[in-house]
Amino acid sequence: MTLPNSFFTTYRNERSYPFCPGCGHGLILNQLNRALIELGLDPKRVVIVSDIGCQGLGDQYFITNAFHGLHGRSIAYATGIKLTDPDLKVIVLIGDGGTGIGGAHLLNAARRNVGLTVLVFNNFNFGMTGGEHSVTTPLGGITATTRDGNLERPLDLCATVAANGAGFAWRGTAFDRDLAAVIADAMRRECFAMLDIWELCTAYYVPNNEFSRKMLEEMRVALEMRAGTVHREARSEYAHAVRAAGAEHSGQPALAPKPIAPHFASTLAREFRFVIAGSAGGKVRSLARTLGEAALLSGLWAAQQDDYPVTVQTGHSISELIFSPREILFTGVIRPDALVLLSEEGLRMSGRYLAALTGESWLFTTPAFAALETPARKVILDFDAAGVGDSKKQLALLLAGAALRQLGLFPLEALEEAIRRGQRGPIAEANLEALRQSVLIADLPANPRS
Amino acid sequence: MREFIDGATAVARGALDSGCDFFAGYPISPATPLLLHMIRELPKTGGVAIQAEDEIAAICMCIGAAMTGGRALTATSGPGISLYSENIGLAIMGEVPLVIVDVQRLGPATGGATTPGQGDVQFVRWSTSGGYPIIALAPSSVAECYSFTRRAFDLAERFRCPVFLLTDKEMFLSMSTVEVAAYESPPVRARAAAAATPEDAFIPHGLAPMDALPFTPIGGSHIVRFTGSSHDEYGFLTKNPVAIGRLNEHLRCKIEDHADEIDFARSDLQEDASTLFISYGITARAMAEAVLQARTAGRAVSSLTVQSLWPVPEAGLIGALCGLTCAEGVERVVVAELNHGDFRREVERVIYRWAAETRRRPLQIVGIHRVDGELITPSQFLEALLA
Repeated sequence: MTLPNSFFTTYRNERSYPFCPGCGHGLILNQLNRALIELGLDPKRVVIVSDIGCQGLGDQYFITNAFHGLHGRSIAYATGIKLTDPDLKVIVLIGDGGTGIGGAHLLNAARRNVGLTVLVFNNFNFGMTGGEHSVTTPLGGITATTRDGNLERPLDLCATVAANGAGFAWRGTAFDRDLAAVIADAMRRECFAMLDIWELCTAYYVPNNEFSRKMLEEMRVALEMRAGTVHREARSEYAHAVRAAGAEHSGQPALAPKPIAPHFASTLAREFRFVIAGSAGGKVRSLARTLGEAALLSGLWAAQQDDYPVTVQTGHSISELIFSPREILFTGVIRPDALVLLSEEGLRMSGRYLAALTGESWLFTTPAFAALETPARKVILDFDAAGVGDSKKQLALLLAGAALRQLGLFPLEALEEAIRRGQRGPIAEANLEALRQSVLIADLPANPRS
Repeated sequence: MREFIDGATAVARGALDSGCDFFAGYPISPATPLLLHMIRELPKTGGVAIQAEDEIAAICMCIGAAMTGGRALTATSGPGISLYSENIGLAIMGEVPLVIVDVQRLGPATGGATTPGQGDVQFVRWSTSGGYPIIALAPSSVAECYSFTRRAFDLAERFRCPVFLLTDKEMFLSMSTVEVAAYESPPVRARAAAAATPEDAFIPHGLAPMDALPFTPIGGSHIVRFTGSSHDEYGFLTKNPVAIGRLNEHLRCKIEDHADEIDFARSDLQEDASTLFISYGITARAMAEAVLQARTAGRAVSSLTVQSLWPVPEAGLIGALCGLTCAEGVERVVVAELNHGDFRREVERVIYRWAAETRRRPLQIVGIHRVDGELITPSQFLEALLA
């Protein structure tokens, strides 16, 4: 079709509606058609996203794009569509049932001010499944699931989205003469626009409650819910805002590889398993990563596997490192060649490592754990006694640095370079200073026991 | 040149290199790092990444984006797959190209948020009502995290269905050393654009052979009708049993009839080996170490690393059973996985049917299973070899 827009005298196709006699759905869809004619949009640039329920059939009667997904999720699909093509006109058809099960999406789309025109086909019950109550069923309303009258306060949809940042909220009925004009007005706005359109379900709610068109207005007044434009707010439309914010980063290189060229040498001839056991906040994992990079700088292969609880700043933090002259296949550590023990929390989680230590293994720790029974060669380093500043904060690096010097896995210069490579300015300087101090104390008399 | 890198970064890079331009996700350990990568990186390439209000919204947004022309990715863990499941069915029904990363953690329920598991193998396969097939790939190295992500995007385009990248906490979050030259870059096809036909002749849901299935985005050159209800080729709801049957058979056949073009496995066979190890993902790394140690000690053993869990690489499995010579073949199969035997069921199914069809005595099939949050170790494989 290459007709100019103004030639669209209807956006309906030749199919006829399937709705019950007296149902409001056809009235609303006719008004939507009139709004589309008034706007004269290219149907290829319009999408009707329908929910589940009787209104969910509605998208099939238009010549626009159509998206019919799962119950309650129409607003979430529409958000994905709008984010991908922000200049599309996206209309959502949803029932009162959908606003219940999909309440989180309604709230969040309003909060974000996603540019959707949401038409709520609100007939106070589930028409398709047999007249069960919904979130908008009035107090006392008789439905298949509220046989003695509904006890749940009805959700005020307009007040809800209005309180949470929607650009436009309106309430009326399927019988309102200005409904087409309101829909067109809502579509012209680039904002989250919700129309709470009250109507009659002649299959269930009307017969069960002797309900009528006249009672729509009486009920609204009794519920103290406003009619007409309930809320209007000028905010930037979300999909366009996301694009605009993202554009500031456009063209920057994304996740390019950061290969490490080895320029130190290691004489390590076999896999060496190095475990650091400490507490959250003790820089265990960041140190382990730096050690891994230092190993790569020395031509080795490295692997790092971390263990920590779901809490972030409390509890244990353990990093298992493997250094190897060949590719590392299994990344777990059963028996450490060296265990660096930093804290009580580290000790609590180190039972299986301690049990696996042999006379060939090493344990690097502080005087606090000097009494630990182990066949391993024990190196107790007292940084406090040696007057090392900041020894608590830098304990992981101090002990690991001393251990590296003792074990000679790879040159300390490689660790220095890894620190400079991965960290910036004052943090790198503080770490390099700690490394220098750890080397100094490693010269102090220790008491390795073999 | 080598890189010190985790699986999450490799997946993110694979997605970006595949032209991924839409990501929606919800924070969940241990999948969150991919959300963080995409939030940071996608704006640089002109894409959009969003933290949704919940997992349901995340996959909904991805489906909406994919049908509007986006190349969509999402990531979660087992609890999130539960919330995705209804929409996984929608993505199957609506033939949505979509890649879903499942970073498995120990279940059930909240289980171990920072603990590895491989318990979602059957879960992702059967997460939809009706049991329609999906595709699931399982990388067993960080380099494969990159290349399988590319494969996943390509398969999603070709078959227009959800493709899972099934990984776990340790593969995703642990740092490994990768030879930069070892990153394979399988091609990722462009979305097949529909021809510029007159509107009346455009069929949005044709059941043609997969390579020819045209795609028009919502908002593009044709009117598109998308629906999760049983529909005809034009996207209109139908109750016609012929049309419904044809559509549903198509959803199954488009994958099953092409299984041999999708499935893959890596076999490492040794002459005279009477035992075949089978594993995948993180557990395949312990298997490789065990094979190395066994052979160093003079014990013959073969292994099969399953790389596509769905479809099951049946030909690769039978081939590994026959061994190198196909004279004697293996007598015993050991399937190792961090669950109660999810994939062992498939191995049993394939082997028992093969044995019945070829009138062979069924082999002994044993499992190494672990659900205590620890990895299966090389020693466990070696013990099984000696048992």
